[in-house]
Amino acid sequence: MRPATEAELAEIIAAATGPMVVRGGGTRGIGEAPGAVLDCSGLSGVALYEPGALTLVARAGTRLSEVEALLAAQGQRLAFEVPDLRGLLGRQGESTLGGVVAANASGPRRVQVGACRDSLIGVRFVDGAGTVIKNGGRVMKNVTGYDLVKLMAGSWGTLGVLSEVSFKLLPVPEAGATLILHGLSDQQAVAAMAAALGSPFEVNGAAHWPGEGTFLRIEGFSASVAYRAERLRAHLARFGAVEVEPGTARWPAIRDVAPFQDRAGDVWRLSVKPSEAPEIVARMEAEAVLYDWGGGLIWALCAEGCDLRGRLGPFQGHATRVRGAGPGAFQPEAPAVAALTRGLRAKFDPRGILNTGLMDA
Amino acid sequence: MEMPLPDSMVLGAKARIVAGLRQILPADAVIWDEAETRAYECDALTAYRCPPLVVVLPRSTEEVAAVLRLCHAEGVPVVPRGSGTSLAGGALPTADCVVLGVARMTAVLDCDYDNRFIRVQTGRTNLSVTGAVEADGFFYAPDPSSQLACAIAGNIAMNSGGAHCLKYGVTTNNLLGVTLVQMDGTVVEIGGPYLDAGGLDLLGVICGSEGQLGVVTEATLRILPKPEGARPVLVGFNSNEVAGECVSDIIKAGVLPVAIEFMDRPCIEATEAFAKAGYPMCEALLIVEVEGSPAEIDEQLALIKAIALRHDPVEFREAADEDQAKRIWLGRKSAFGAMGQINDYMCLDGTIPVSSLPYVLRRIGEMSRAIGLDVANVFHAGDGNMHPLILFDANKPGDLERCEALGADILRLCVEVGGCLTGEHGVGIEKRDLMGVQFAPEDLEAQLKVKDVFDPKWLLNPAKVFPLSVTASRRAA
Repeated sequence: MRPATEAELAEIIAAATGPMVVRGGGTRGIGEAPGAVLDCSGLSGVALYEPGALTLVARAGTRLSEVEALLAAQGQRLAFEVPDLRGLLGRQGESTLGGVVAANASGPRRVQVGACRDSLIGVRFVDGAGTVIKNGGRVMKNVTGYDLVKLMAGSWGTLGVLSEVSFKLLPVPEAGATLILHGLSDQQAVAAMAAALGSPFEVNGAAHWPGEGTFLRIEGFSASVAYRAERLRAHLARFGAVEVEPGTARWPAIRDVAPFQDRAGDVWRLSVKPSEAPEIVARMEAEAVLYDWGGGLIWALCAEGCDLRGRLGPFQGHATRVRGAGPGAFQPEAPAVAALTRGLRAKFDPRGILNTGLMDA
Repeated sequence: MEMPLPDSMVLGAKARIVAGLRQILPADAVIWDEAETRAYECDALTAYRCPPLVVVLPRSTEEVAAVLRLCHAEGVPVVPRGSGTSLAGGALPTADCVVLGVARMTAVLDCDYDNRFIRVQTGRTNLSVTGAVEADGFFYAPDPSSQLACAIAGNIAMNSGGAHCLKYGVTTNNLLGVTLVQMDGTVVEIGGPYLDAGGLDLLGVICGSEGQLGVVTEATLRILPKPEGARPVLVGFNSNEVAGECVSDIIKAGVLPVAIEFMDRPCIEATEAFAKAGYPMCEALLIVEVEGSPAEIDEQLALIKAIALRHDPVEFREAADEDQAKRIWLGRKSAFGAMGQINDYMCLDGTIPVSSLPYVLRRIGEMSRAIGLDVANVFHAGDGNMHPLILFDANKPGDLERCEALGADILRLCVEVGGCLTGEHGVGIEKRDLMGVQFAPEDLEAQLKVKDVFDPKWLLNPAKVFPLSVTASRRAA
């Protein structure tokens, strides 16, 4: 099924007799759900782009690459730095905006500008009964009624199928630089990243790639980048020599988890309290890890089928298996939270036909 | 403003309810004497007042849970209250309700610079959150103009913004976790000192739900390192249109100011008479503030100046020192006070696409003249969040009604051009009956379903946000 309009999408869902797997470009989906594929890539096209208002509205099936090119021509971008996980997950195809939103996909710049959900200002979607619903809009500040925009971001198609999404945008800075520290232990690296992120020098990327180095990114006007690079170098002197590399060319590899792309095994993604990251990593006996978000995001490569949550025990945060087979991709929830989640699903998808069970533990 | 008829069963059970509350709370935390409950009869939307049945002032999550369990069992509506600074009537009581005030819950529970968060009880005021961390070089970004008084609980309920959210976002973008007590007393922990809580984004829907989904008793907030410095410039223009174009050009040029504030002539004149900030008398005035080191500030302001000069301003005023910077902000910061001196006023809060600014200002001017009430405009231009102030005389029969009619028309205009009814104040009772202008019945129904899940008996702040006709069947159930 491949609807071309929102009305067709609503008809298909209203008439559905069994479960459906909601798909955008099929480049970043995780977990398993039964049913026929509902391909949303036909809901395509930019509805509105106002560079002077930093606003974009597009149908959910619009290709990410098309939007990125359109914005780049005006010197703008989606600030939250969408990861391209095709290499990591072994997928083909073209990522869509709807898929990006459904996954709340956010890259290294998350630490400064927020996640996809923070740039998302409006949605239209079709719920599990086939009803078209809109929330938010095309303006940056909007507290009119409940914020279902946030609720839809990261709901993985389990509450409704997105038909249109609106974003606020940011200008592409004139220049960028990457600061590199070498030879730090995981603990030292997390401490260095905390020092950098706690400084006024507007670090918008902080990653530690064991064996390769600890990386910090700054962006802005050229003179400002040069100034902040020097100040940061001095600020971090206690962690050792700081190399300043012009540009930001190495960040896509971090964003896309390049170090794991050619290696077999399950891949996990953990959101944690940054200072606890090294200790959590020590407990999980992974084959390789990559720290992003100053330590707040851990990518871990483990043997196939490993029970990572079992090894970890309780911790503040959550772990998602983004590559690997079997149930349990998403973190189990505390009973009171799970009850709310179940309640919302039952209201928005009363027949339980949209990505059924996908986010269940 | 129509409010539901009080539940006579609840009114009749006052003695039993008070006795029950006194069993679970210390004596000084339950207020039921009519002389004392009157202090809670309204919030900052003072046109509407109603003393509640009882007021409780708990000190902990456990006490809040006990109160809510009791009210749930008795079928008593509960109106949560932070500091009572809502401009939308978010904390307006009903005669049959228990007002649950969090004002005594002000503790800092954790403060962690390595992980850049603070955890507080939500009765703590917005400014005192920054106060707890500023000596160490950090701040809490959302800065509503009531920040001296307003509580974090209310900020979360209304998803409050402020002048600096162009760069730093509003409350929802700075909220990492909450302890939420549901109406039945269930305590839920959502999120925490890490980014992006797992599962559905419940935190996102709780923030801005106007106290209708639960009572937030504790919050984990993101704190940020203070910038090295900040400096404003003031630019005066001979037309609103040109000022609007200048805002758009600054944004397109890749500068990201922390604030772009806009004042029109009526607002400039009133604040000048009151605060004597030395503003130029012109049609429109922008205050643009940027941050960074002195050299970074110079660079950004040079770019802004070049853009502004292309628009032929009547004045471009820079601040050579801290005192001059303060004077640039002085008029803007006293705008609301100035208006209050000369008139009663109603402050609107609609947001519009920045590109519609000149058209909307022109239409507001026409509507203002047609109805015979002055409107002064002061707003956050960078994000299109307008604050038209409608001036009226509360002692003059019919003025309030005309003011409300004009306010509703202006908000309809905001929606018509692609904007919304409220950008940072919330719906409360004030914009409740206009929700149908912005939302189709299905859009509202989707929101009501969320409340059904969190508060199936519809006891939490039940008469707010949605038109009463839309919620009637649920409230009666």
